[in-house]
Amino acid sequence: MAGETAFAAPLTGRRARPSSEGAAAALSLGFTTAFLSIVVVLPIAALVWASRADGLQQFWSVATQPEAVAALELSVGAALLVTLVNAVVGTITAWVLVRDDFHGKSFVNAVIDLPFALPTIVAGLTLLALYGPKSPVGVNVAFTRTAILLALLFVTLPFVVRTVQPVLLELDREAEAAARSLGASELRVFRSIVLPNILPGILSGVALGFARAVGEIGAVVLISGNLPYRTEVASVFVFNHIQSGDQSGAAAVAVVLLLISFAMLLTIGGVRFGVTRHERA
Amino acid sequence: MSIVVHNVSKRFGDFQALDSVSVDVASGSLTALLGPSGSGKSTLLRIVAGLETPDTGDILLAGSDATELSPQKRGVGFVFQHYAAFKHMTVRDNIAFGLEIRKRPKDEIRRRVNELLELVQLQGFGDRFPAQLSGGQRQRMALARALAPEPKVLLLDEPFGALDARVRAELRLWLRRLHAETQTTTVFVTHDQEEAMEVADSVVVMNRGRVEQVAGPRELYDTPANEFVMSFVGQANRFGPSWVRPHDLRVRLTPDESTHEALIERVTHLGFEVRAELVRDDGERFTVQLTRDETERLELASGQIVYVEPTRETTFT
Amino acid sequence: MRRYPLRVIALGYLLLVLLGPLAMIFWRSFDEGLGPLWTSLSDPNTVHAFTLTLIVAAIAVPLNTIFGVVCALAIVRRRFPGAGLVNAIVDLPLAVSPVVVGLSLFLLYGRTGWFGHWFQAHGIQILFAPPSMVIATVFVSLPFVAREVVPTLRELGTEQEQAARTLGANGWTTFWRITLPSIRWAVIYGVVLTTARCLGEYGAVAVVSGRVEGQTETATLRVQDAYENFDLAGAYGISLVLAVLSVVVLIAMTCFKPNQEERA
Repeated sequence: MAGETAFAAPLTGRRARPSSEGAAAALSLGFTTAFLSIVVVLPIAALVWASRADGLQQFWSVATQPEAVAALELSVGAALLVTLVNAVVGTITAWVLVRDDFHGKSFVNAVIDLPFALPTIVAGLTLLALYGPKSPVGVNVAFTRTAILLALLFVTLPFVVRTVQPVLLELDREAEAAARSLGASELRVFRSIVLPNILPGILSGVALGFARAVGEIGAVVLISGNLPYRTEVASVFVFNHIQSGDQSGAAAVAVVLLLISFAMLLTIGGVRFGVTRHERA
Repeated sequence: MSIVVHNVSKRFGDFQALDSVSVDVASGSLTALLGPSGSGKSTLLRIVAGLETPDTGDILLAGSDATELSPQKRGVGFVFQHYAAFKHMTVRDNIAFGLEIRKRPKDEIRRRVNELLELVQLQGFGDRFPAQLSGGQRQRMALARALAPEPKVLLLDEPFGALDARVRAELRLWLRRLHAETQTTTVFVTHDQEEAMEVADSVVVMNRGRVEQVAGPRELYDTPANEFVMSFVGQANRFGPSWVRPHDLRVRLTPDESTHEALIERVTHLGFEVRAELVRDDGERFTVQLTRDETERLELASGQIVYVEPTRETTFT
Repeated sequence: MRRYPLRVIALGYLLLVLLGPLAMIFWRSFDEGLGPLWTSLSDPNTVHAFTLTLIVAAIAVPLNTIFGVVCALAIVRRRFPGAGLVNAIVDLPLAVSPVVVGLSLFLLYGRTGWFGHWFQAHGIQILFAPPSMVIATVFVSLPFVAREVVPTLRELGTEQEQAARTLGANGWTTFWRITLPSIRWAVIYGVVLTTARCLGEYGAVAVVSGRVEGQTETATLRVQDAYENFDLAGAYGISLVLAVLSVVVLIAMTCFKPNQEERA
């Protein structure tokens, strides 16, 4: 980066910047901020504003209604469980895709992205067909919490795999060979050399996956049955309360979900920052 | 610890990297594996380390068969061309790694790491990360790391290849001194014949997966086994049916029965040494190396006709 | 690491969670035969739902593509305070629940919302009409092009652009002839991801659209509608079409995916 500015200075000069360049910079920045404000910032601001409209006391009492709490607990609990599974299986899958070789590997690699490509409602419908009342394999978990877990596992499957893969590809294989030559067992090589380097990748995937799982609606809405206190997730709670006109109830839970999203984004940012720690001279 | 390589062969797909190679490395020696790219030298080194397995043949370490042994169990220290540093660990932790694996007590580890930091002259850098070190420093760290668990054999794969000329020269000297002090059996791979000659006691010249000659630097230079060794180690010219080194050609201004006529095309002054490029009457080009004094005495210049006689030539049947 | 156990775990998991369900759509759709399938697909409301989905995507994708490129240029090429914040806001739609998006739009454009008043006064209907659905879809599919172009632009460096300038090219020419061609694969891949997201959007549009049959239903909303009305053939039929589209998208994703090794 230092080289970049050193080279740029003589060409553009500090004072004599061509006006077209200055205009372009202002324009692109202006457009970006305007677009983001209208599309993202204002709606979110409106939500936060609406939730505090009646004061924090009111917000708290609405947010801690038993049904709301049950829905949030279910969403967070399910998301946590699913995230844990993804952390392990996702890492294994990424490992197999990068280090192993077998017929059909490129097909498998392509298929990982299916949850990104398939509409969530369709995913929910197919899970219902496979693991619901008319299941061809005799498994019926419709209207249970297991169904929610299955749906969330489907939609969050690619996250850890896709964040770990590029990191694995970049790893210095010779460092692993060095560790072996120093006497480290295969498990030790993984623990001391590979894992510390892929951990940021795992964490980003986990944070993104958790955020996605906690707010998922499309995949869950058909298969869970949306039974309050049993299989009603937070997103369905919000939806139902909007429909029934209870905007403050919906807004309260929505803000909690929003805060969780913010926390996950902060985590990812923190991971990105921490990764560059030992690269900064 | 002595190393015996016995009839080792290795293929990579269609490429025969090693073809029935046998080498004996004496315990405590400093040996170079010298050869051009693709000669198989790195492959051989990695097989000795256990990082590759041979298709056929055996490796004996200190007399016992190590062919099936994993690299973890061979007690071999390995230094890689591109350092293979543990980027997420400090210099100190890198060096300590081998000792931690062997579960040595913490103070022993600390003591040994400090000892090694001093040995490789990286005191004060212990708490830095590899990314904060220069190339030469990183390689010194890699050496310290390999030496920490007191290996019986030290293997280095083109250890100075990624460094600039001055650092390379310093580290070569340093490796010789280190070997003199520790007397560990050391084998290093290089494509630079000057490096091999300067550092090693014994040189194994390899080409296309085969060993061409094993000898000390002087013997290699003075009595090469074949054309390849002659032209690879030091400079050599074809001179008619035989081979002559540039400094074994005498230049005269007048002919006699043993001289050949030649035209000087170019004279290059390289400080003390002068190199002259000549062409014989039959069109064959060759190089002669002279001292500055000789050049001045003979008043050699481009375009001049002179008479050249080999003082020493080698012919291979 | 021992190969086979790991391979079996990974592939077994994928089969159970991913491939099994996918196979089901194709199977179930043809369960009752082609006749009922065709009838449900040619239902005018269904056709309208697909049309609406495509129109919304046709607006959202180009908008987000332009935004993505401009935003990436702003973040990478112009150093400005708050670039990190902009980056975070762009990532926001990835982390936020679609229902939360829907609700926030509902509050902003509703009768009592900050913008609601203005639109109502001018007789423009936003909520329970296509405009809100477009805005919702733009929100949720916002990040993709930007996220693909940013790392590509960074890696590209400015040398080519500087070379162009020394040869006399102005800003626009440099952008059009040097920068854009260099990032085109990242843009294409981003467009594929954006399109997939638009086609699959459910939660946010469900909140803002009112789900009026034949007017404000997209294909995904219609699937739920059909299912809840016990029209299984209909639900599976629409799902089949969406699934086929997804497979096309998946193939496009695989083809245009930036080479991971180059990127890393």
